[in-house]
Amino acid sequence: MKNKHSMHKLLLPGTALLALLMLTACERPPIDAQQTGYRGTAMADINNPRTEVKTAAANQVPDPLPLAPAAGPKARDIYQNVEVLGDLSVGQFARVMAAMTAWVSPEQGCNYCHLGENLASDDLYTKRVSRRMLQMTQDINSNWDQHVANTGVTCYTCHRGNNVPSEIWFTGDSPAASASMAGYTAGQNVPAPAAAYASLPADPFTGYLTQGDEPIRVQTGALSDQDNYITIQQTEKTYGLMMHMSDSLGANCTLCHNSASWGNWSTSNPQRVTAWHGIQMVKALNENYLSPLQPEYPDYRLGSLGDAPKANCATCHQGVQKPLYGVSMLPDYPSLAGD
Amino acid sequence: MADYQNIYTSVQIHGPVDPGVPLPADSTWKRDFPPRMNYWLGKIGDAQLGPIYLGATGVMSLIFGFIAIEIIGLNMLASVNWNFIEFIRLLPWLALEPPAPEYGLSFPPLNDGGWWLMAGFFLTVSILLWWVRIYRRARAHGMGTHVAWAFMAAIWLYLVLGFIRPLMMGSWAEAVPFGIFPHLDWTAAFSIRYGNLFYNPFHMLSIAFLYGSTLLFAMHAGTILATSAFGAEREVEQIVDRGTGAERGALFWRWTMGFNATIESIHRWAWWFAVLTPITGGIGILLTGTVVDNWYMWGMEHGLVPPYPETTPAVVDPALGSGG
Repeated sequence: MKNKHSMHKLLLPGTALLALLMLTACERPPIDAQQTGYRGTAMADINNPRTEVKTAAANQVPDPLPLAPAAGPKARDIYQNVEVLGDLSVGQFARVMAAMTAWVSPEQGCNYCHLGENLASDDLYTKRVSRRMLQMTQDINSNWDQHVANTGVTCYTCHRGNNVPSEIWFTGDSPAASASMAGYTAGQNVPAPAAAYASLPADPFTGYLTQGDEPIRVQTGALSDQDNYITIQQTEKTYGLMMHMSDSLGANCTLCHNSASWGNWSTSNPQRVTAWHGIQMVKALNENYLSPLQPEYPDYRLGSLGDAPKANCATCHQGVQKPLYGVSMLPDYPSLAGD
Repeated sequence: MADYQNIYTSVQIHGPVDPGVPLPADSTWKRDFPPRMNYWLGKIGDAQLGPIYLGATGVMSLIFGFIAIEIIGLNMLASVNWNFIEFIRLLPWLALEPPAPEYGLSFPPLNDGGWWLMAGFFLTVSILLWWVRIYRRARAHGMGTHVAWAFMAAIWLYLVLGFIRPLMMGSWAEAVPFGIFPHLDWTAAFSIRYGNLFYNPFHMLSIAFLYGSTLLFAMHAGTILATSAFGAEREVEQIVDRGTGAERGALFWRWTMGFNATIESIHRWAWWFAVLTPITGGIGILLTGTVVDNWYMWGMEHGLVPPYPETTPAVVDPALGSGG
């Protein structure tokens, strides 16, 4: 009986320890909640001030390089094969090149894109790709202000000192189903990084963020509609995309939506319109710029199915609602703003 | 007098094991599993384990259930390339998925949802056999069949989710996957697809009965535990007498809220609340997608959704302008 009594004494501290362990996955209070809608509708922005400090430190804009004189001969008249930034003065051109080196290839330097003996050569794929990327940046800044407003983007928004932005995606990133006679997963049921480690479809991008025309909208706008054949599986894919958006922006669903009706626009927040344009933008960028670059890349830059690296919300946002906390780098680099 | 103030039972009866009433002489099946005493089981319930009467339906139910669990488990194992460590690590994420929508109600290839259909069939047979077993054991004991019908209420919800509604929708893909997180994802996606299930009145009823069940359970169990010092756990036999422990529990409620259940009717309340939870829930599921496609819109039409004042500038669907 003595043994049994000592076990009873262990029961309470044991239970307490177990409860404590189960809480380790939670974030400790206090959490900042900012009400964004009418009371009682659960419309709020939720932020953890402690993780916010770390995120803010990781999303600072680098110091701009010293200005270069606008006077002097133009780049296109002095250098050969300058297609995008030829209107800049030689000094301004060199400044933008130096900035791009710092943003994209700080370790490899100019030679990451340029042949040392012939800077004008297009022999390196990196040079051909970076030219397209400059055009893409200008396109975003001049044609997609409904998403990027006047803040705009630069190379740094995505690259952050990396040759390839850290947040990219490939089609079929999901683990291949076993080819045997069992184990069908319908493309889901693994902790999917793209869907914030839910067991939702592991690739919620193909079909939405390329020219694919899969419907993101799943709800019927009316009481009853016999022609809406959107399935639960399709809904889970939309759900996966929404988890990606939430995760990429470090925001909860109610930044854009009123949870009473995800589909209803009139009860949504204006941010949802911005996000809608963002989806259209990413779709266009993938289709017009990123996917067509596929033949340029060496094999090790391609996905398992041989497709080019593509962009999604996280590519720019990187966990922040407004990339780099909404600080615009364009006033320092007006040539990237496009027309 | 037994003391019920602790989280576990502090009084255990130890003595010769009780085999129960004798079976009829012509019974084909005998009771298996010779009875024994277990100290730790005695902490939470009766210390005696066994014997168990399996019977034909019990044996068949276990076999069919085993086949179903085996199909589900081996498919999960196959989905992680037969890696047992990954199977344990990822178990909450793994599932056996129903067929893709393009198969409709046809029988798809095994590794494209066919296994799901088979698992569903074997599991359903197993559950129904277990129901028959419960019904017949109750009859054999001269009991009412309340437990069997309560179980049937749960089977109704199970069949609506995995069989009746998919039949009405014309697609096995509408059914629920067998998996821990995946069936929760299904639940969320189901509500999202059909415009917020919280505006489904039968969902409301089901929640009310579910929460009501827990409330009644807490009230009744609390009452009996609190009056156990007066022997109130012999509740029903005390129903007609004055001054019993059970009557003290009844007085407690009458004096705190003016009205009380009797010690018999409280069980009727609890039974109906519990049974109506899956019955109303099943009706709500069955109407979703078949009769009502968007419960939010249904709520709007029936004055269920309150009109909130706008706090942001009016938001308009951007796709309307661009035709996108």
